[in-house]
Amino acid sequence: MALDRRLVYHFDWTLFVMTLGLAGLGLLSVLSASWGGPKHALDPLVVRQLIWIGVGTAMMAGAAFFDYRALASYAYPLYAMTVVLLAAVMVSGHVTGGSRRWLNLGVLRLEPSELAKLALVLVMVRYLREEPPRGGWSFRQMIIPAVLLGLPMVLVLKQPDLGTGIILVLVTATLVFAGGLNGRVLLIVMLAGALAAPAGWHYLKPYQKQRLVSFLNPESDPLGAGYHIIQSEIAIGAGGAWGKGFLKGTQARLNFLPEQTTDFIFSVYAEEFGFAGSILLMALYAGVIARGIWIARHARDRFGQLLAVGLTAIVFWQVAINIGMASGVLPVVGIPLPLVSYGGSSLIAMMAAMGVMISVNTRRYLF
Amino acid sequence: MARWRYYNSSKRTRAIPRIEPRLIILSVFIASVLAVVTVRLYYLQIIRHKEFVELADRNRIRINRLPALRGLVFDVRHRPLVDTRPSFDAVMVPEDVRNVNQTVTRLEGFLGEDNVAAKLSQAEDDGRPPFDPVTVEEHLDWQQVVSLETHQLQLPGVSLEVMPQRHYIYGPVAAHLLGYVGEVAEGDLRHASDYRMGDEIGKFGLERVFESQLRGQAGGQEIEVDSVGRRLKLLREIPEIPGQSVVLSLDLDLQQAAEKAMGNWSGALVAIDPNTGYVLAMVSHPTFDPNVFANGITSVQWRTLTTDPAHPLANRAIAGTYPPGSTFKLIDAIAGLEERTLTPETTYFCPGGLYYGNREYHCWRKQGHGTLSVHHAIVASCDVFFYQVGIHLGIDRLAQWAHLLGLGEKSGIDLDNERPGVMPSSLWKEKRFRQRWYPAETLSVAIGQGYVAATPLQMAMVAAEIANGGIRYKPQFVKEEEALDGSVVRKFPPIVERRIPLDPVVLDIVRSAMCDVVNGGGGTGHAAHLDNITVCGKTGTSQVVKEAGNARIPEDKEPMKYRDHGWFVAFAPRDHPQIAIACVIEHGGHGGSSAGPVVHDVLQKFFELYPPPGSKPAAPANGEPQAAPSAAPESPPEGSVAERAD
Repeated sequence: MALDRRLVYHFDWTLFVMTLGLAGLGLLSVLSASWGGPKHALDPLVVRQLIWIGVGTAMMAGAAFFDYRALASYAYPLYAMTVVLLAAVMVSGHVTGGSRRWLNLGVLRLEPSELAKLALVLVMVRYLREEPPRGGWSFRQMIIPAVLLGLPMVLVLKQPDLGTGIILVLVTATLVFAGGLNGRVLLIVMLAGALAAPAGWHYLKPYQKQRLVSFLNPESDPLGAGYHIIQSEIAIGAGGAWGKGFLKGTQARLNFLPEQTTDFIFSVYAEEFGFAGSILLMALYAGVIARGIWIARHARDRFGQLLAVGLTAIVFWQVAINIGMASGVLPVVGIPLPLVSYGGSSLIAMMAAMGVMISVNTRRYLF
Repeated sequence: MARWRYYNSSKRTRAIPRIEPRLIILSVFIASVLAVVTVRLYYLQIIRHKEFVELADRNRIRINRLPALRGLVFDVRHRPLVDTRPSFDAVMVPEDVRNVNQTVTRLEGFLGEDNVAAKLSQAEDDGRPPFDPVTVEEHLDWQQVVSLETHQLQLPGVSLEVMPQRHYIYGPVAAHLLGYVGEVAEGDLRHASDYRMGDEIGKFGLERVFESQLRGQAGGQEIEVDSVGRRLKLLREIPEIPGQSVVLSLDLDLQQAAEKAMGNWSGALVAIDPNTGYVLAMVSHPTFDPNVFANGITSVQWRTLTTDPAHPLANRAIAGTYPPGSTFKLIDAIAGLEERTLTPETTYFCPGGLYYGNREYHCWRKQGHGTLSVHHAIVASCDVFFYQVGIHLGIDRLAQWAHLLGLGEKSGIDLDNERPGVMPSSLWKEKRFRQRWYPAETLSVAIGQGYVAATPLQMAMVAAEIANGGIRYKPQFVKEEEALDGSVVRKFPPIVERRIPLDPVVLDIVRSAMCDVVNGGGGTGHAAHLDNITVCGKTGTSQVVKEAGNARIPEDKEPMKYRDHGWFVAFAPRDHPQIAIACVIEHGGHGGSSAGPVVHDVLQKFFELYPPPGSKPAAPANGEPQAAPSAAPESPPEGSVAERAD
């Protein structure tokens, strides 16, 4: 593929810089969350995260110069591969914290559920790129997307990874909505969902139920399940307007926060950088999301439009649920903060996704 | 916008839905969700910031309190009575023990106890982290301490922890005055913000009243801990301020002599310096050992002490109220002479009883005392004479003088639980029973029976007032407060409460009569006689309410609980008195024979310790008062008097 000069000229520096900015804040937060004091050696986590940011940047650049339209033909193979990987996790996955989520690939550990989010978006967009019929997609036409969603869903929930499962559903719903679902079907699905929620309670694991209960009333068990919510709120609130300063947060330093390099990384960040820092982070995410929607509106083809919507939806839903959870407005589910949380699979996948968005944006000048 | 309008047309269900309008809906939704999250962050980080900072600090900062060394208590000659000694506890840090089973077995061997394993597993059940020391044995004795010290190397993870422990050096001696300490009660925690659970607090006696001086100020360490409570670093250290020591007016030797003299009797004794109001000795029997409380009293010990029918925890010297019996006749005499219803020359005839109203009031001496004046009436303790005095005075004038001398009111001594006793008057009866005073009731009061009740301290004060010419001091037992280095922080000079307008002539009559009680022929108080010091005293016997049918039982066969209480009040020497004393012996029978010898022993010890100035050549001073009563020839009948006491 010959590099067109226009690709360089129209490169979406805005999205690129915002992505690197978020990854940079993430690196600071991971450093802070793993900081043992000046006398201790740097935690290898930080080095690894730095390496992944490098790899991710390369992936983002690569994806940006790759013609996204070609992705359509890779959609089903990629999807199939992800499902196989998820199945492989079931068989020989690495267990941490009671969940079987990782595949050991020698030097690397891969978390296929992070790939599943991207693969599902791709295959969904591949299906929805056809113009919907008059009146929008009918109920029957949604059977195939439902199956496409259901397959990885079941495998992810078996791990169990409720967080990723929720993201898969929400992202699919966003795509189907934007892709032209029939208004009446949309209403019926929303109503059915509301009615099915109590029944879904039945299928939750006991610890998941416990989390929901303690979310609704964290003080009911302050040292048990409610502990994480309370400690996270304390960390965020203690940050105040300007924060305690980099590496000066006590909640993370003294291990009061759970999963502080991944799911609760926001609390670490907010304690040290305060409300000012929170505004900066929220502004960066809002910028990325706004840019994504802007790209969707200006993309030249329906495939590009929906691709931008789907990738933006991944960012949005993860940000909303993760920060909502850390600040106590949503129950605790394990969802990483995109581009910020520690974790190679998530970081590289998200940076690649941003690259695809840049590709969509850049290529509207090409055809 | 054109597309939007088209979408919204009536045919919208038939149109192909386009992405753009749905993107607008999506954008609005996304913006509102992000706004909600941002508002939430504003709420946490700006509005509730202070609260969360506090919570974060409370998370990470543990305050390790270092209690201050409690002040000591000294006697008047600066001998320690109460101090604080190291008490050794054996503690074990489970994390530091390599082989728990082996260490526990060894430790149990060295301690001679077999509950170490149980305490460890209890701590584990309580969720104590393994780096938290567990106290496996408290208050080790010396042998256990030595054993642990010498085998230190075989016991990794086991160490000795030194805890200050209150120690009452002489055990039960002056226990009621010194009081005791205990762990602060939950109820007290609410209104004493500087106390924490587990702190020591004075619970009774001096320990309680002088708590704020003795206690000092606890220091502390602020320690940063992590989420599992492991100590990371010392943030701040506040040094403790040791408590102040207290120097008492009590003399240890005198106190010990008094405790010994009381023997196994129940009762109380108070000795005060009539020139200052300082308490020289204060005994209440039966007593208890305050060390029991310092060791952490067990519920069995507590129940034994509180349910004992002899009430060992009550301080009888200030809270025991007894009818003063014949010792009250001193007050009759003063009141009558001062009010001039009685003169030194007034005589009454005692035939052994007095008809008043339509009832006969007996004198204790059935055969009567014959004709006697006030001097002899006091010496022989004639009831009929003082019935007459009472009748002529009336209850209210009598009560007025008794109140002036301190009956029916708290003395104001700095001890809790002091009781005021009762000095009845017509007003008192009106208030209490809504009844008028019957003149016949005055007769009972005149011989210290009926409603009247007094504490040993009150009677000691009466003796002191007679001795010092009518100055009423506030009784005090603390002379000084000292800092740790021995410098005096505060002095407690004598406090004159009031000057009772007593005529020196009246005082002289009463004093010389009291002198003859002890030293004269036929006096009831010979038991308190000293060879080289002129002791003035008065006996008393207060009747215990008996069952009517038992009145005729010979006294020595009477059950103990129906026997009379014996009183003795005294001061000495007659000129320039140095000590005033009151003693009550519960169910001791006659004051002269029960309380008299006790007072004798205490006075003897006192003058051994503090010989009066020029006492050796003071032999004439000894005889002089004896010669003073001009009415000596009129001595009342003798013989039985000494035996029967009064």
